[in-house]
Amino acid sequence: MSAAVQTFTPKAFHRQAHDALGNPQIRDNFRRAMDGLMSKRRDVFSDWDLETLRELGANIRLRALAKLPDLLEQLEANCQANGIRVHWAADGDEACRIIRDICESHDARAVIKGKSMVSEEMHLNDHLEQAGIEALESDLGEYLVQLNQQTPSHIIMPAIHLNTDEISEIMHTKTGTERTRDVDYMTAAARQQLRERFMAADVGVSGVNFAVAETGTLCLVENEGNGRMTTTVPPVHIAVTGIEKVVEQLRDVPPLYALLTRSATGQHVTTYFNMISGPRKADEHDGPREVHLVLVDNGRSSIYQDDELLDTLRCIRCGACMNHCPVYTRVGGHTYGTTYPGPIGSILMPHMLGLEETKDLPTASSLCGACGEVCPVKIPIPDLLVRLRKESVGEGRGNVPGAGVKRSGKEVAAWKSFQWLATHPAAWRRSTALAGKLQALMPSSIGPWTDHRTAPKPAKASLHALVKRHRRGEGEA
Amino acid sequence: MAPVKLYPPRPEKVYLFGTCLIDMFYPEAGLDAIRLLEREGIEVIFPDDQTCCGQPAYTSGYHDEAREVARAQLGLFPDPWPIVVPSGSCGGMMRTHYPQLFAGSVDEALARDVAERVFELTEFLVHVCHLPLEDHGEPETIAMHTSCSARREMGLADTGPALLAKLGQVELVEQVRASECCGFGGTFAVRHPEVSSAMVEDKTQAIEATGAKHFVTSDCGCLMNIAGRFAHQGKDVKGEHIASYLWRRTS
Ligand code: SF4
Repeated sequence: MSAAVQTFTPKAFHRQAHDALGNPQIRDNFRRAMDGLMSKRRDVFSDWDLETLRELGANIRLRALAKLPDLLEQLEANCQANGIRVHWAADGDEACRIIRDICESHDARAVIKGKSMVSEEMHLNDHLEQAGIEALESDLGEYLVQLNQQTPSHIIMPAIHLNTDEISEIMHTKTGTERTRDVDYMTAAARQQLRERFMAADVGVSGVNFAVAETGTLCLVENEGNGRMTTTVPPVHIAVTGIEKVVEQLRDVPPLYALLTRSATGQHVTTYFNMISGPRKADEHDGPREVHLVLVDNGRSSIYQDDELLDTLRCIRCGACMNHCPVYTRVGGHTYGTTYPGPIGSILMPHMLGLEETKDLPTASSLCGACGEVCPVKIPIPDLLVRLRKESVGEGRGNVPGAGVKRSGKEVAAWKSFQWLATHPAAWRRSTALAGKLQALMPSSIGPWTDHRTAPKPAKASLHALVKRHRRGEGEA
Repeated sequence: MAPVKLYPPRPEKVYLFGTCLIDMFYPEAGLDAIRLLEREGIEVIFPDDQTCCGQPAYTSGYHDEAREVARAQLGLFPDPWPIVVPSGSCGGMMRTHYPQLFAGSVDEALARDVAERVFELTEFLVHVCHLPLEDHGEPETIAMHTSCSARREMGLADTGPALLAKLGQVELVEQVRASECCGFGGTFAVRHPEVSSAMVEDKTQAIEATGAKHFVTSDCGCLMNIAGRFAHQGKDVKGEHIASYLWRRTS
C-alpha cells in the first residue's frame, strides 16, 4: 500500500529483484498487465505486414540519425520561424535550470505537466520544488505515482505496478475520495481534481514524441487529453525532449505513429495526437502565448559517436521491449532503479549513470531476444546488451562511462582457463572423459544453480568417446 | 527475424558439431543425431578436435577469449559440407556471431564460410533431408520447448514441431506462453539465479499443465534447466533432446 516511500537504485538490483519476486501482488500485477499488452499488440498487428512496417520504421529513424546534426539545426530554424523559442541543454541539470528560469521569468508558482520521461530522467519535479515551484503531473498514471511519492514503473504506463485497490487507497488517503473499486468514479474524481489545476497553472511542461525538422512541428501522442490541456491552457508551454527525437519530414510521422501506438498499447490510434506548431497567433483566441522547446543531450551525443551504440537512439519509447521481457515481467519496473526500466533501460541507462552504477543491468537478461523481436524500429537490443557486457569487463572500446568496472582477476582467470582448455582439444577430451569418471566425486551442489534445480550429471562417456565406439561398431543399441 | 535461407540439396556428407553441453552431459543426443543422419544415407564427419563454440565467453562479454575458442573451431570443417549443430544456441552463435567476431580480421572470410554452412539439426532434418519418420512408439502426448535462439535468432520456431508432427502416434500439446524463455540464458542462470529460477518455475508449471509426462527440446541448455527443475521438485515429467526422442521412436 502507500506506506513508506521506497527508493530504488540500480546498484541494489539483486535485492530489489529478490523483494519483487517475493511479492505476489507485484508479480500478479505485472504478469496480468504484460499478458494483456502482449496479446493486444499481437491482435492489432495481425492483419499488417509488420516486418515491412518495422523495416520502414527502422529506416526512418536511421536516416534521421544519419543526419542528426543537420536536422537539429533545421528544427531549430523552423521552430524559431514558427515562434517557438529553442534552448539547448548539455545535461539534465542545465535543462532543469533553463526550465526554472523560464518559470521564474513569469513568476510561475504552479507548473502542470504532461507525461515526459525526459523530465523524469533529469528529475525536473525535484528541481522545481527546490525553487519553490510546484510541478503537478497530469497524466493519470503519473498523477497516481506522484501522489504515492513513487517514480514510474513503466515508460508508457507509469502506475502499472498498482492495482485497483491500491489506487483506491492512494486516492482516498491523498485526495479524500471514497474507497471504491469503481474505476469510473476514481477517473472522474482525478479528472475533476486535475481540471482545477490546469486552470490555475502558470506553465505547462510536456514531452515530445516526434520533432519534425522540415516544418518545426512538435508531435505529442496521448490518450487522456491532458497533453492537449497542458500545451494549450497555461499561458506558457515548455516542451522538453531528447535530441534524438527529431525526424526529417512530416511524412515520416505516420509510419512511426502507426508503429508506436500499436506496439505500446495495441491501439490503432490514440485518442489524441497533437501537432504543435507555435504559440497563439494574433487572430487566435486560445493557445499559449509562449512556446519553448528544450533540447536535451544528457549523454546522447556521446552514444552517437559509436556506430554500434548509436542504434540505442532509434528508440521511439513504445515500451514493447519491457512488455515482452520475461525479466521485467517478473521483477517489475522499480527493481531496475532507473528512469527507464527493462531492456531499453538496460541499454540506455549505463550511458547516463555509468557502468559502475548500472553493472547488473546489462546482465539482467537471458538474451532471449523477445525485445529485439518486437522493437518497432528493430533495435538489436540483445547485441547491445552483449556490447555493454563487453564494455563492463574491459574488452570493448572503452567509451562507455565506467568501462572495465566488472573486470576481476578471478573472472578473467576463469575465462582464460576456459579458453586454454577449449583450444587444446587433447586436453579437452581428457578432461571430459575425466569428468565422467570422477562423477561420483563431483559436488552435488554448484551454488545458485542447485538451489532450484538438480545439477546435471556429467555423462560417463563423452560424445567424443561415443563417436569412437560407434565408428568401431561397438555399443550400438 | 533471421533472413530467408536457401537450402541446398541433400549432401553426401555433413559435419557434426556436437556442442560442449552434449559432449559432457548429453552425449547420447549427439549420437542419436548422427544415427538419424546416417539412416538417411548421409556420412557424418565428427571432427575429433571440436570443443565448444565459445558462446559462454561471448555472451559474458569476454570476446577476446571467445574469439580464440571460435578460431580453434574454424579450421575443423575444410570441405564444403554442411555443418549440422544439434543446438539453436550454438548454431546461432556460429551462424550469426562468428562473422561479427572475426569482422575485419584475416579469418573473416573463413568465419563467413563456416557461418553460411551452419544448420541447426531440426532445420537440416526438415529442410534439407525432408526426413521421413516411421513411428514405432506407443501413443503419447508430448510438450516441446523451442529454445529462444532457435526460435528467434535462427528463425526456427516450426522445425521441431514439424518433425514431431511426422510421428503418427504422438500428439504435440502447446503450453501457455510457449515462446517465453525458460530462464536458462547461459551465465544468466548463475548471475541472476533468483530471476532465472522464477522463469524456469513458470516454464515447468506451464509444461506440467499440458498433462504431458514428457517434453523435448532442441537445446541442451534449456533441457538441463527445465529437467533440472522438474527433478528438483520430484516431479515425474521427463525431458529429452528431440534427436533422442525421434531416434527412440523410429528405430
Ligand atoms: S527499444 Fe524498441 S521496443 Fe523498447 S521502447 Fe524503444 S522502440 Fe520500443
